[in-house]
Amino acid sequence: MVLPAARTRGLVAAAKAAQRRRRVDSVGGSPSPEPASRRAAVYVHWPYCEKRCSYCNFNKYIPRGVEEAAMRNCLVTEVRTLLQLSGVQRVESVFFGGGTPSLASPHTVAAVLEAVAQIAHLPADSEVTLEANPTSSPASRLAEFGAAGVNRLSIGLQSLDDTELQLLGRTHSTSSALRALAEARRLFPGRVSVDLMLGLPAQQVGPWLRQLQELLHHCDDHLSLYQLSLERGTALFAQVQRGVLPAPDPELAAEMYQEGRALLREAGFRQYEVSNFARNGALSTHNWTYWQCGQYLGIGPGAHGRFTLQGAGGHAREARIQTLEPDNWMKEVMLFGHGTRKRVPLGKLELLEEVLAMGLRTDVGLTHQHWQQFEPPLTLWDIFGANKEVKELLEQDLLLLDHRGLRCSWQGLAVLDSLLLTLLPRLQEAWHQTTPSPAPGG
Amino acid sequence: VAGLVLKPRATGAARPGAATNSWPTDRLFCSAELKEKPDMSKFLVEDIRNFSIIAHVDHGKSTLADRLLELTGTIDKTKNNKQVLDKLQVERERGITVKAQTASLFYSFQGKQYLLNLIDTPGHVDFSYEVSRSLSACQGVLLVIDANEGIQAQTVANFFLAFEAQLTVIPVINKIDLKNADPDMVEKQIEKVFDIPSDECIKISAKLGTNVESVLQAVIERIPPPKVHRKNPLRALVFDSTFDQYRGVIANVALFDGVVSKGDKIVSAHNQKTYEVNEVGVLNPNEKSTHKLYAGQVGYLIAGMKDVTEAQIGDTLYLHNHPVEPLPGFKSAKPMVFAGMYPVDQSEYNNLKSAIEKLTLNDSSVTVHRDSSLALGAGWRLGFLGLLHMEVFNQRLEQEYNAAVILTTPTVPYKAVLSSAKLIKEYRQKEITIINPAQFPDKPKVTEYLEPIVLGTIITPDEYTGKIMMLCQARRAVQQNMMFIDQSRVMLKYLFPLNEIVVDFYDSLKSLSSGYASFDYEDAGYQTAELVKMDILLNGNIVEELVTIVHKDKAHTVGKTICERLKDTLPRQLFEIAIQAAIGSKIVARETVKPYRKNVLAKCYGGDITRKMKLLKRQAEGKKRMRKIGNIEVPKDAFIKVLKTQTNK
Repeated sequence: MVLPAARTRGLVAAAKAAQRRRRVDSVGGSPSPEPASRRAAVYVHWPYCEKRCSYCNFNKYIPRGVEEAAMRNCLVTEVRTLLQLSGVQRVESVFFGGGTPSLASPHTVAAVLEAVAQIAHLPADSEVTLEANPTSSPASRLAEFGAAGVNRLSIGLQSLDDTELQLLGRTHSTSSALRALAEARRLFPGRVSVDLMLGLPAQQVGPWLRQLQELLHHCDDHLSLYQLSLERGTALFAQVQRGVLPAPDPELAAEMYQEGRALLREAGFRQYEVSNFARNGALSTHNWTYWQCGQYLGIGPGAHGRFTLQGAGGHAREARIQTLEPDNWMKEVMLFGHGTRKRVPLGKLELLEEVLAMGLRTDVGLTHQHWQQFEPPLTLWDIFGANKEVKELLEQDLLLLDHRGLRCSWQGLAVLDSLLLTLLPRLQEAWHQTTPSPAPGG
Repeated sequence: VAGLVLKPRATGAARPGAATNSWPTDRLFCSAELKEKPDMSKFLVEDIRNFSIIAHVDHGKSTLADRLLELTGTIDKTKNNKQVLDKLQVERERGITVKAQTASLFYSFQGKQYLLNLIDTPGHVDFSYEVSRSLSACQGVLLVIDANEGIQAQTVANFFLAFEAQLTVIPVINKIDLKNADPDMVEKQIEKVFDIPSDECIKISAKLGTNVESVLQAVIERIPPPKVHRKNPLRALVFDSTFDQYRGVIANVALFDGVVSKGDKIVSAHNQKTYEVNEVGVLNPNEKSTHKLYAGQVGYLIAGMKDVTEAQIGDTLYLHNHPVEPLPGFKSAKPMVFAGMYPVDQSEYNNLKSAIEKLTLNDSSVTVHRDSSLALGAGWRLGFLGLLHMEVFNQRLEQEYNAAVILTTPTVPYKAVLSSAKLIKEYRQKEITIINPAQFPDKPKVTEYLEPIVLGTIITPDEYTGKIMMLCQARRAVQQNMMFIDQSRVMLKYLFPLNEIVVDFYDSLKSLSSGYASFDYEDAGYQTAELVKMDILLNGNIVEELVTIVHKDKAHTVGKTICERLKDTLPRQLFEIAIQAAIGSKIVARETVKPYRKNVLAKCYGGDITRKMKLLKRQAEGKKRMRKIGNIEVPKDAFIKVLKTQTNK
C-alpha cells in the first residue's frame, strides 16, 4: 500500500484544513458558489464485515477474503461515472459507511477521495466521515485513515454493557470501545461521533440512563441515539420470535428516548434531528444533506442515491439503487462503469413529500425559505394554514407553523411518524387541487 | 320455505350448477333397463313399506343404506360402494349425517315382491322441520346406534321425532365387529332410555354385511304399510326439492292418495299455482321415469317450477279442479340465527351476490336481506335455520364459489311485547321480532322482552358431568332432567337461551369433555328475558356498528370482551382512547388505549428514503379508509375482530 507522495501530501493538507475548519451552528446553509443542482454528498458503501451483528439486516457480507484492489478499482470507477452523469461540481461530504468500512485499507479510502477531487471540487473543509468499529480501529490505523483524508469518525459503540454487547453480537467490549473512543478523540478532536442503542430486549430505563451518563464522560461533541428496530431475518428477531428473548418494550424505549434527550439537553447538546445530538456546532453535514433533500450519490453495492442527471432539467431527480451483491455489482461496474440496478424518476409531488418528511426530522424543521427552494406550487401557509386536522396538531402543541416555517415541537418530534399521517395526505390533497393534471413522471 | 342444503352432490360439489345426479355414474342402470319404463301399478299398497334411517353422526347410516341398496340389487354389489362424497369439513366436525338418498328398493321376500321406499332425512336438528316432514311420509324408522359409542345426543333427538310421529322404531346396533363393541350394554341403554325391549334390537355390521338381511325382513314384518287410497283424488306431500338448471325444480314426493302421471295438471296448496307435470318417476336411486306413481309410493316429479320456493317442503300437491284437505304440519322456514355477511373487499360485492343467489337456489330456507354497515360496506343480513346451517352455507360459499366473506357474530331473533300505543300503531302489532339491534325498542315502551330458548340434550361420560353443569350454568341454562343411561354415561337436559349456544357452546363442550360429550337441541319457544341494549363508546362517541342486545346478567362479560378486542386492534393515536361499554348512561366495562409516546423511525439506513416513504404513504392511505368516530380513526380490521365469529380452536 504505497501512496504517491504528492497525492498523500495533498490529502493530508485537506484533512488538516478540515480539522481547523470553522465551526458553525448551522450546516448546509453556508453559501457556496455552485447552485444546489451542482452540489452533492457522496455515500460510499463498504459491504464487508468480520462478523454478523445480531440486529443488522443491512447489505453486508462476511467474506473469506476480499479482493480489495478490485473492489477499490470499482468504487473509483463508479464514483467517477456517477459524478460525470450528475454533473456535480462540488462535493461537500463523503461518508464511508457499511458494512465495516474501517476494515478497508486507508489506501482505498484515499483512492476514492482522490477520484472525487479529480472530477469535482472537494473543498478542504468538506466532511469526510468513516464509520469505525472499535475492534478494527487501532490508533495507528485510525491515523492512516486520517492521512488518507478522513476527518470525522463515527464509532459504533452501541452499548456500555458487556452483556448487551454480546446480545448484539458485537466483537468489542466496553473497555476496548472506550479505549478506541479516546484514541479517536486524540486523533480527530471535536470530530468523533458515537452511536448508542436503546430499547434492547430486557433493557431497563435506569441502567440505560446510567450508560448514557457514563458515556457523557467519554464522548466528543456528537452523539446518536438509535432505537433498536427488530428486523426480519436477523438473529435477534428469530430469538424474540422463538421466545428466547423478550420482545423490546416500546413503552420503555419511549421513556429512554424522552429521558435521554432531556439529559443530553442539560449536558449542552442540541438535538438537531430525531436521533442526532451535537454540541459546539459539531453537526454532521452528511446526514444534514439527507434531511434537507440535497443531492447525494450512492457508490458501492446496494447504495442509495438521489440526484438529477446532467442536462435533465431541475425536476428530473432520480432515486437510484446500486446492485446489492458485491460480485455482481463489480461485474456491472467493470462492464458499464456503474452498478445502478434501479432508477426511479421522482415526481415533483414525491420530491415535496420527501422534503416534508425529511425536513421535519430536524429541529429547525421546514423553513419557508427551504420549502421555496423546491419551487412548490403552494406555500406552507397555503397547504397547512387552514386545515382543520393540522390545526388540531398545532393546538396540541405537537407542531408549530409560524413566520419561520413548519416544525415539530419537543413532544411532536417523538411522534413525527404519526404527524406525517396527517401532513402527507394534506400535501397530496393541496397538490391535486392546484395541479389537476397528473404530475410528469409521477 | 324450505329446501335442504345438506346434500353434497357427487357431481355438483366441485361444479356448481351441474346436473344434480346424486349418485356416481357407475350406479346407472344398463341401457336396456333404461328404455323400458317400469309399471308401478303392480305394487299394491299392502306390499309397500316407507321408512327412514336415522342415526347420530358416524354411527353408520350411509353404510347401512349402501348395503340395503346392494342386497336389493338396486346398486351393483361388486362395485366399491363406500360413500366417497365431498363432505364439507363442517359436516364431519359438527355431526351432520350426510343424506342417505331416497331410493325405491325392490325386494322379494317369501315369494312376494315388495317395494321398500327408503326416505331420506337430513341429520341435524337445525333441519328438524324437514326431518319431521320426511318422517311424515314414513311408517317406520331404523334407529342406528354404534355398538361402541352407544346412545348419543342426536340419537335421542332422532328417536323422539320418530316417537312423536308415532312411527315404528327398529333399533339397529351397528359396528358389532369393532374390538370394543358392547352391543349388550347398548341394548340396555335402549331399554332404559327408549323403553324398547332388548330383543327388538338387531345387531349388525353394516361394514361387513353381517346380519343386514334381517334388517330388511324386520322392515317388512314390523313396519305397517301406509294407510292410503289409490281411488281417492291425488294428495302428494313434497318432502324435498332440488334445483337443476336445465330441468328446473325436481320435487321429491310421497303419494298419500290417488295417482299422478305425466300431463296431469297439479296445484300447490301453499301458493295455489297450477303446473303441468312433465315427468314422474322413482328414485332408483337415480331418477328413473315411470308412467305413473300410485298412492303409497315415493318418487319425484318435474312440473315446470322455476324456483325451489315453489316446491316448499311440507306442501301438498293435488289435481287441478280436485282440491283436497292439505296434509297437516306445513310451516314456512323460520330462521333462528341471523348474521351479517360482507365481502372482504367491496369490489367483490357482485361476485358474492351471485354466489349467494346460486346457493339459495337450492336452499330457500336462507332468508336474505340487503344490509349495509359504515365500517364493512354493503352486504346482507342472512337468516339461517341454525348455527350449523349457517356454517354449512358459509363453507359452501368459500369452497364452491371461492368467496371470501366476513361473517358477523350470529344473533338470535328477540321479541318485544310493546306497551307504547304509538309503536303498536306503527308496527301494526303488539309483539315484534327484533333482528337488528338498531330496532330495539326502549324499556319504557315495552311490557316485556322475549328470547328464543331450546331444549338441549347432552350425553356424556359421567366424569365430565360436573364441568358440563358448570358450563351450562354459565350459559344461563336451567336443568330439566338428569339420568344415567348406563353405569358410566349421563344424559342431561337443559333449557338454554338460544343466544347462549349460538357462538361457541359446542366447541367448549367438546373441549372440556375431550370430545366425548354429544349435544343436540330442539326448539322450545320463547321466554321472558331481561334484555338490554349495550352501546360501545370511543371517547364518549357511540359506535353504531357495535350496538348489541345482551341479557342484563351478561352485559359486563360481553362488554368486557368487546372492549378488550377493540383495545387489541385499535391503533394507538396521539391521545388516549377510552373504550367503554355502556347500558344507557351506566358504564359496564372499560379499557384504555394509551397515546403514542414515541413513533418515529430512528434512521434511514444509507439514505434509503424510498422504503420509509412507501411505508408512510401506505399508512396514510390506510388512514383515509378508516372509519372516523369522533376524532378517532378505526380501521376495518378492528370492526372485523369484534364483529366476526370467533372460533375457539
